[in-house]
Amino acid sequence: MIRALVLLLTLAGAARAEQIVLGLSNDEVAITANFDGSDILIFGAVKRDGAVADAAPLQVIITVSGPRAPAMVRHKARRFGIWVNTNAVEIDEAPSFYAVATSAPISDVLSHTEDLRQSISTPRAIRSVGAQVDNTADYTEALIRIRAGDGLYQVLEGAIDFEQETLFRTQVTLPANLIEGSYQTRIFLTRGGQVVDRYETAISVRKVGIERWLFNLAHEKPLPYGLLSLLIAVIAGWAASAAFAGLRR
Amino acid sequence: MQLYLPIAEVSVNAFLLLGLGGLVGILSGMFGVGGGFLITPLLFIVGIPPAVAVATSANQIVASSFSALLAHLKRRTVDIPMGAVLLAGGLVGSALGVMVFNLLKAQGQVDLLVKLCYVVFLGIVGGLMLLESLRALRRSRRGTPPVRRKHNWVHNLPLKMKFRVSGLYISVIPPFGVGLLVGVLAAIMGVGGGFIMVPAMIYLLGMPTKVVIGTSLLQIIFVTAFTTLLHAMTNYTVDIVLALMLIIGGVVGAQVGARLGTRLRAEQLRILLALLVLAVCGQLALDLLIRPSELFSVDARIG
Repeated sequence: MIRALVLLLTLAGAARAEQIVLGLSNDEVAITANFDGSDILIFGAVKRDGAVADAAPLQVIITVSGPRAPAMVRHKARRFGIWVNTNAVEIDEAPSFYAVATSAPISDVLSHTEDLRQSISTPRAIRSVGAQVDNTADYTEALIRIRAGDGLYQVLEGAIDFEQETLFRTQVTLPANLIEGSYQTRIFLTRGGQVVDRYETAISVRKVGIERWLFNLAHEKPLPYGLLSLLIAVIAGWAASAAFAGLRR
Repeated sequence: MQLYLPIAEVSVNAFLLLGLGGLVGILSGMFGVGGGFLITPLLFIVGIPPAVAVATSANQIVASSFSALLAHLKRRTVDIPMGAVLLAGGLVGSALGVMVFNLLKAQGQVDLLVKLCYVVFLGIVGGLMLLESLRALRRSRRGTPPVRRKHNWVHNLPLKMKFRVSGLYISVIPPFGVGLLVGVLAAIMGVGGGFIMVPAMIYLLGMPTKVVIGTSLLQIIFVTAFTTLLHAMTNYTVDIVLALMLIIGGVVGAQVGARLGTRLRAEQLRILLALLVLAVCGQLALDLLIRPSELFSVDARIG
């Protein structure tokens, strides 16, 4: 028992021999009225306590994940000559945005078991259990394909600049069609596919100013919001009519 | 210039939205239609989520209809009692429509319903309008005056009421029914329903053409306003920024359209409108008939 504990401590000690020190260009993204995407620079360094004997090269993986939410994936099929949604699978949890950046091809950086343990690659980041149809994998694939097409799921293999096994940096582009929330950012150091250190932080994406105000109003006070929309419509209609009359005279 | 829409949660070019509003405004100025049947599918194409597109179009129609109604009120071409009966039907229909909309949204069939409604109604109305205006064009060339049917089954129903401005003494059941149908369509399709109500009022109720447009506008304003409120309160899908962009574009477009409209003859205008309606209908029908390139779709707005 004691020996096991000692072994565990040594392992933990060894795992922390190389540590991540991180910086972010900005840890807050403000969605303003003219928001059209944002680039985030993620950079950092590896802090070492003495030399590391391991021969395998050190690698870095960075993931940025948007808020997780269930999603419904529907499948169309031909019924009575027209294309109709027939089957649907509810994915229990899928990030609204997901980017994986690595310092080398992903197969060199991460072993399959580590991927399962840490949920790093995009399919692993999506959780879907207890689905109702047999070809659930098709639905998960479709979700990834559609969101990748919208720039929401990104795989950036080899996009991390990693110098002297010490300094790393990469840029993640957040697209314009962003959902607000806390964007969890994880950095992994791996050697031979095994994670040797991990670091977590969050980037906060929030609507600000008038966007914030309108969104809150619409959800918290729907009646005044609806009336406000109508008021604007009526005023605009009246102004147009008045302008018409003015132009005719 | 990109504009982030707070409710739709997408970023769209502001000039594109102004342009869309303007284009539809030109058409509504030229043809006297609300243009909802065009703006909603166009918003789908731009990438606005269908639920937001439908709710926001209803809001935009309030603005364009209100502006037109003021002109009609000045000319005294609004039959207010008739409008009230249509409206009573319309409010019931609108509430029913929002219920059906939410029910189908939960089952993922709302896109299909909206598109089917568009194909069926645009097809019928466009086809009838084209035939009718071609016939009118031929008649006006020959120089024979149009004949109007005076009596049909509509005049034999109970609950009769006098409508002075329209010069009618008919049952309230058919106008109530017409109002109801239009209310359902307003909620499901995000349209005012003028393109259905105007022919129904002329051919079914036998109202004189000069009061038809003003009276239908009165009904459309209240029904679309009610629909907007219902969508805002049950689905939170009215995007005020999107509506504002469309309204500004629409207001300017309507002025241009009204000028253009005076240069064309009424029958020619109607043929153009009919062709336009049929073109939109054909486009939507193709979407349903042709195998889509992506068979899957993602709906993140649950729970």
